[in-house]
Amino acid sequence: MEEVLEKILTTYRKEEGNIISILQYLEETFGYIPENAVNWFSKKLVIPASRFYGIATFYAQFHIKPPGKNIIIVCSGTACHVKGSDRLISGLKREFNLPEGEDTTADRKFTIERVACVGTCGMSPVALINKQVYGKMTANKLIKEIKILKGKKTGR
Amino acid sequence: MRADIKIKVCMGPSGIATGGADVIEAFKNEINSIGKKAIIEERCSLHQVGCLGFCAKDVLVEVVVDGKKTIYEYVKPGMVSRIVKEHILEGNPVTEWIAGEEYYNFHKKQIKVVLSNCGEIDPEDINAYLAVGGYEAARMALTLMSPEEIVEVVKSSNLRGRGGAGFPTGLKWDLSLKIKSDVKYVICNGDEGDPGAFMDRSVMEGDPHSVIEGMIICAKAIGSHQGYIYVRAEYPLAVKRLQIAINQCYEAGLLGENILGTGFDFDLKIYQGAGAFVCGEATALMRSIEGKRGMPTPKLWRSAEKGLWEKPTVLNNVETFANIPRIILKGADWYSSLGTERSGGTKVFALTGKMKNAGLIEVPLGITLREIIYDIGGGIENGRAFKAVQTGGPSGGCIPAELLDIEVDYESLALVGSIMGSGGMVVLDETDCMVDIAKFFLEFTQAESCGKCIPCRVGTKRMLEILNRITVGNAKEGDIELLEELGQDIKVTSLCGLGLTAPNPVLSTIRYFRNEYEAHIKDKKCPAAVCKDLITFSILEEFCNGCGACKRACPADAIIGKRKKIHKIDPEPCIKCGTCFDVCKFNAIMKM
Ligand SMILES: Cc1cc2nc3c(=O)[nH]c(=O)nc-3n(C[C@H](O)[C@H](O)[C@H](O)COP(=O)(O)O)c2cc1C
Ligand code: FES
Repeated sequence: MEEVLEKILTTYRKEEGNIISILQYLEETFGYIPENAVNWFSKKLVIPASRFYGIATFYAQFHIKPPGKNIIIVCSGTACHVKGSDRLISGLKREFNLPEGEDTTADRKFTIERVACVGTCGMSPVALINKQVYGKMTANKLIKEIKILKGKKTGR
Repeated sequence: MRADIKIKVCMGPSGIATGGADVIEAFKNEINSIGKKAIIEERCSLHQVGCLGFCAKDVLVEVVVDGKKTIYEYVKPGMVSRIVKEHILEGNPVTEWIAGEEYYNFHKKQIKVVLSNCGEIDPEDINAYLAVGGYEAARMALTLMSPEEIVEVVKSSNLRGRGGAGFPTGLKWDLSLKIKSDVKYVICNGDEGDPGAFMDRSVMEGDPHSVIEGMIICAKAIGSHQGYIYVRAEYPLAVKRLQIAINQCYEAGLLGENILGTGFDFDLKIYQGAGAFVCGEATALMRSIEGKRGMPTPKLWRSAEKGLWEKPTVLNNVETFANIPRIILKGADWYSSLGTERSGGTKVFALTGKMKNAGLIEVPLGITLREIIYDIGGGIENGRAFKAVQTGGPSGGCIPAELLDIEVDYESLALVGSIMGSGGMVVLDETDCMVDIAKFFLEFTQAESCGKCIPCRVGTKRMLEILNRITVGNAKEGDIELLEELGQDIKVTSLCGLGLTAPNPVLSTIRYFRNEYEAHIKDKKCPAAVCKDLITFSILEEFCNGCGACKRACPADAIIGKRKKIHKIDPEPCIKCGTCFDVCKFNAIMKM
């Protein structure tokens, strides 16, 4: 890990970057913002870790917890909302037996996320399974796709 | 001469999502297969193009033979070999797959200025852009026009900012031009925060060079040598295509030092946003580029004076910049004549929701909402009744049926309690609950409030709590008045545009649909049967034929009944998920 962080630090210094770009590199590399990485940068740059977290929690792009292996994104933009995106979410939560406030399954295989508009409102409601876009979704269709994934041993 | 053939496949957001890449691949394979390659290759070219507009019918493919266009809709890879064989080799279009009347009605009332290249040219090919007159305007601006002349043209074109507030663009540039400073910045706002809109995305992905050209012209006008394009994190393809376009510009001498040999320097960088709605606000966006939390700053100084890194800055929306080259080329009079007296030109809208023909449209300002929804959009899907159209996203409001004949421009939309916004237009029908819609937007703004000022941070939370209790049946007498009072206070005391406009969705729905609020509060009923806690599901005996589809689909095992016998819903375990309503083919499920 140290090696990767060094590389990020070098790019950061070369590009005269800012904290957001460090966090973006971390997110890209690890899929989330690992605490020990933040502490490492905090020491190297003499910037308190709270500054990193202040920024990381401000922006939706950054994850503080490691996400599941498969990421299911349900669009919750206006067009998708009026076409029933809430039902997709509650259907998924039932399928995964997720308790209130939790978005990743206990076996860390699936994470459910919501975003505001993925830009394909013409085919709402929209869901993305590992970045592949599915339009005109229903809870049952979505669960069918997920069952296929569960059967396969696929990663991201 | 032999026929010249072009095949254009829509690779806009929804073209890609519906399998546009596979269709292109299929065309490639088909054309390359033995025999056919020899016959067609040198006179047939295959192009990926940006959004063709009619997203509801993707994948759209346009086949142009000697300038004669044919559009195919819902194209799947399996259809490609017939199109190639019959249309391209034998010259007989496959009539049953050609887009019908709807496609032409969809385009009849549109005027494409900003979108004129979208769906026509390959966005990853600078030569395609040059071939349609690209960078001619930049050349004119750099070689023939003084900064004052450029600003004058933009001023008299009557172009107003397309990012939402509608500030006159020429005036903004003029303010900046008059300030003396060695360092000035030009920023393009591609944050597109409205949840339910994809205009800027389609322009950045479909015609990135027009945005860059607009920025070069602005840079020359105000005397800036560094620009930034701020793109929303969720738009990786926009980032990719803009970056390709920027690289091509550097190679062609259109960016960098001594552009086109004129001695003018301008560098351009992309900055990727990290996902926060408030960062679409001009001052928050600048803080974000500086690497800080994206919190707005009070506008004691205009950005024209103190913007990015406290230097004079012009910030405009994607669509605003994309208009500029066209205005310089075709003239201010032509542009202003397209719109109304107060706002010149055209506006791009993302027409979505319960529309028959959802998609990306561009219309002259001054067109009526009715024309947009019925003539272009083809009316409401599934034969339902129109209820309202939401414009301006979280900062806007809902406009009811009786106001459909108002003309679309900045002032008239504001007058009825909504705003023009950046171009999201979501159509609602009789099955949409207006309280639920208001709650949806407030949930959004409440979550996205940066927390810096109290009216917005606390006020929106209180409003949301009231809306929540209305939708679950716990509201009190006087809650509507309380919402109105809070809303008015937030509208005048917040720090930035987010808070100042956040109450609009609530206030406008109260204004036009007060009876729906009252039904929730007094009768504990949701007239549109949306709010879960206020509805019950039951089975209509006369329609149920005992097929068992609902029973099998019910995730809560709340449906009882033997096969071929009438089924019943047990209200106790029922979680009101609505699955039975969706799966029943005989309309036997009732919710009320
Ligand atoms: C909360 C908030 C969000 C905004 N989001 C956007 C946005 O996503 N895109 C945009 O162009 N303008 C957005 N704006 C408007 C900008 O502050 C600014 O007025 C605009 O980008 C200026 O460009 P224009 O004059 O070309 O419209 C937003 C404003 C507020 C208050
Ligand atoms: S609202 Fe879901 S794709 Fe736009």
